[in-house]
Amino acid sequence: MAQVSLRNLVKNYEETPAVRGINLDIPDKEFVVLVGPSGCGKSTTLRMIAGLEEISGGDITIGGEVVNDVPPKDRNIAMVFQNYALYPHMTVFENMSFGLRLKKVAKEEINQRVQNAARILDISELLERKPKQLSGGQRQRVAMGRAIVRDPMVFLFDEPLSNLDAKLRVQMRTEIKRVHQKVRTTTVYVTHDQVEAMTLADRVVVMNAGRIEQVGTPIELYSSPATKFVAGFIGSPAMNLVPCTLEERGGGGLAVSLGDGLSFTVPAERTDRYKGHVGKSKLLFGLRPEHFTEFHSHAAANQQPFERTLDVTEPMGMETLVFFRVNGSDICACTNPAAGAQPGKPLKMLADMDHMHLIDDESGNVL
Amino acid sequence: MAAASRSMKADRRKALVWSYFFLGLFVVFFLTPPVYMLITSLKTNAEISAAATSPWWIAAPTLDNYIELLTTSTYLTFFRNSALVSLLVVALTMMISIPAAFALARMKFWGSTTLATGVFLTYLIPETLLFIPLFKIFVTFTELTGIELINKWYVLVLLYPTLTVPFATWIMIGYFGSIPKELDEAALIDGAGYLQVLTKIFIPVALPGIIAATIFAFTVSWAQFLYPLAFTTSADQLVLPVGIITTLIRGDVFTWGQIMTGALLGAAPPLIIYAFLMDYYIAGLTAGATKG
Repeated sequence: MAQVSLRNLVKNYEETPAVRGINLDIPDKEFVVLVGPSGCGKSTTLRMIAGLEEISGGDITIGGEVVNDVPPKDRNIAMVFQNYALYPHMTVFENMSFGLRLKKVAKEEINQRVQNAARILDISELLERKPKQLSGGQRQRVAMGRAIVRDPMVFLFDEPLSNLDAKLRVQMRTEIKRVHQKVRTTTVYVTHDQVEAMTLADRVVVMNAGRIEQVGTPIELYSSPATKFVAGFIGSPAMNLVPCTLEERGGGGLAVSLGDGLSFTVPAERTDRYKGHVGKSKLLFGLRPEHFTEFHSHAAANQQPFERTLDVTEPMGMETLVFFRVNGSDICACTNPAAGAQPGKPLKMLADMDHMHLIDDESGNVL
Repeated sequence: MAAASRSMKADRRKALVWSYFFLGLFVVFFLTPPVYMLITSLKTNAEISAAATSPWWIAAPTLDNYIELLTTSTYLTFFRNSALVSLLVVALTMMISIPAAFALARMKFWGSTTLATGVFLTYLIPETLLFIPLFKIFVTFTELTGIELINKWYVLVLLYPTLTVPFATWIMIGYFGSIPKELDEAALIDGAGYLQVLTKIFIPVALPGIIAATIFAFTVSWAQFLYPLAFTTSADQLVLPVGIITTLIRGDVFTWGQIMTGALLGAAPPLIIYAFLMDYYIAGLTAGATKG
């Protein structure tokens, strides 16, 4: 049983705060991903859980026990580093068994556990090699093997895929997920790559400037971001965030006006929620590119048609991204390649207002 | 295209010719003294002092000088003293430098950077400045405790580390510093203590650096001249460099044949060590510069 809890966790480097008091409960067997831009405190948080970084305030508990002053080796954790950190003078077998040998585990058991982990990771053939004879992906597997062999309460991953090329990264991502499904150990995983976060996590923790912005399942974060930061960070291409004003329409309805003569009617079921913000100056209208589509006749009730002249088109194969300007902001829309979007030509599009977000730019909160 | 590649070839040949010219010049410059020593050591004293013979040619080669030196107990004593002093100094240096370098490179503590620089600065103080105060310290030590250290060969074991420890520590701080931090963190998480991180990770990984430092300490101890000259006087306490000049130069009589033989034999051990460990030595000296 290895739930991990962070209580008001603080880390200051000299005078600079890196982590500004975060609270997080990670239940047993969960795969949690800490994601955020560089310098947001995610790696520091992970290193504090590992015991590699002293904590300036708050508590960390692993398996119900406060481990603030427990040295790394007694926390029963295993960590996979970005640069693998394999011991260069040892073979793969020696690398994987290092921790067990230090603990003076019996030879047969070491052997069996290493073989077992090697089988899970498909590296049984490599056990006699030295790290420098391995490819990047193989090294990454060995690093994971070293973690698995020790059968820890918690796995910690510190950007383990950043050193791999794009194709291998996708492969290893699947691999990590597969391993977690087999081994089912509580996992804390740090990355700056939101795609990695979305694909791997049971729950994603979005961090920014030393604080947690939002915690939730990948889908929750994607469809209902709590803050402007999360809205802009999760999803690729990023959500369109355009300055807007909220206006009252006849019949008690509301409309968002983006300027340049473009405005959309707010769905009726949201009027109550937004009513108090009519006339506010610092509002942002948020809508993901995939909710701007090319016009088609069988549009749903809240898909509202409009027409704009396109600036740039980017054919991606599966879809074509088109860009147009409204009142000084670029908006990206995701259209069917068959829609015939061309730069410099007008295109009729639909905005799916069921997925809109209204953001208070002053507080950064999604309303 | 063809013309360009031909001119590139010509350029390369020109560069090679000049390289070989200067390399040849260096070889001649640096090998002349040892060759001269070798030639002289194979001559009889009579031939050396005869005015008519060429210094570069041996009329009647003989091993007399070698036989005589190797059967003289004083020369063998010098050799033994040198070997003992050097080996003990190397051991002592490593015992101090490795943990010191590890602590200074890795265990961040208050003043560790200043201390690391300080270690290096002590190396910059020349021994010509140090030997008088050091002598005074040993004299005072003798007055206070009655333990006589001056004119004993083992006093050198205490003296040489003042030269070897700072430099060896400094090279190894650089070498340890080039080992990625994640490596010790991984070991700490794997369950190693600081001592195990040092013995099981740092020492094997930094072996080239350690060997470089070892060679350095050995060479310094083996070739040290000033300290033994000042601190030891009795023939049975002397080390090679001092022993050769004090016992083989009698007044104004220079027994050149034996001096050259003694120096040549004395130069052999470092030469042999270098030959075997050269690759490690170079890897160790350049490691800090090239490893990312």
